[in-house]
Amino acid sequence: MASYWDRSTFWRGFRDGLPFVLVVGPFGMLFGVVATEAGLPLVQVMSFSIVVIAGAAQFTALQLMADNAPTIVVIASALAVNLRMAMYSASMTTHLGPLPVWRRALVAYSLVDQSYALSVMEYEKRPEMTLAQKTSYFAGVIAPVLPNWYLATLVGALVGQSIPDSFALDFAVPITFLAMIGPMLRTKAHVAAAVVSVVCALLFAFLPWNLGLIVAGIAGMMTGAFVELRTENKDMA
Amino acid sequence: MSESTTIWVIIVAMGLGSFGLRFLFLGVIGDRQMPEWVLRHLRYTAVAVLPGLVAPLVLWPAATEGQPDPARLAAAAVTLGVGYITKNVLAAIFGGAATLFLGLYFL
Repeated sequence: MASYWDRSTFWRGFRDGLPFVLVVGPFGMLFGVVATEAGLPLVQVMSFSIVVIAGAAQFTALQLMADNAPTIVVIASALAVNLRMAMYSASMTTHLGPLPVWRRALVAYSLVDQSYALSVMEYEKRPEMTLAQKTSYFAGVIAPVLPNWYLATLVGALVGQSIPDSFALDFAVPITFLAMIGPMLRTKAHVAAAVVSVVCALLFAFLPWNLGLIVAGIAGMMTGAFVELRTENKDMA
Repeated sequence: MSESTTIWVIIVAMGLGSFGLRFLFLGVIGDRQMPEWVLRHLRYTAVAVLPGLVAPLVLWPAATEGQPDPARLAAAAVTLGVGYITKNVLAAIFGGAATLFLGLYFL
């Protein structure tokens, strides 16, 4: 059997993933608190975080359940929030596609914003990485993040109290995402894609089910591809 | 259906659906070669999705009921700037967090 284990790369991923515990911690706790207050028993609160692992979608579902929305609406809306995961999946396929199918299933299960963004950054920074190194890096990133998501949900559900608002932890998510975006802006094409994404996300924020983000994502990708092609043609001319 | 059953239905459906979305391409395409124009688009997935994801959170934070907030805007700018210049995610996070707390106390 092929080995997909590269020790030093795993630990580099682990180290890079570690700061994100600070984000998933409060976010998971908040989910635990809110879900418990909404009347969900512990087993259902935990099942949500273990089966779904997507904070924004979980909060959307809770909100709609509290509003007594029809079950199908709850499910469809929450899944719409997760549509971007299909884009991440396509992007990750270009790196981890050659893995055996059950390993790809594990990658898919643990594909969240943080594990996707950090891994793609690393793969682009070091194009010489082998499949084993890419796999180990991904596993390393997710190793501190995922267990803490479960644990934080549990603590929130049991303690019933989240971190006070005065710590402004609401902004931990935007800050950590922005911190990853900065280093990603390597070329003109990347910058153009990011700018178009921001403009579209704001313009289409009125769309229901978070679809504005999907519009922004597609427009951003098309922009990046277009600028890259134009830059290449110019270099050749 | 009892309320508890309904919630279980939601959890299971969301779990299967989320996994389905995450596995969609990883599972179906796997090792098959994708056309160059598709790959060219996929190179920009991260940079096309994440900025759109944070932009509304930065401009209209829920914590201030959607009102733009100087401390959060400054923190966002510093985080992005430090990340862009240093290429260091951790430095960007600390820079942004420090700006946020200074901003919240002094602005």
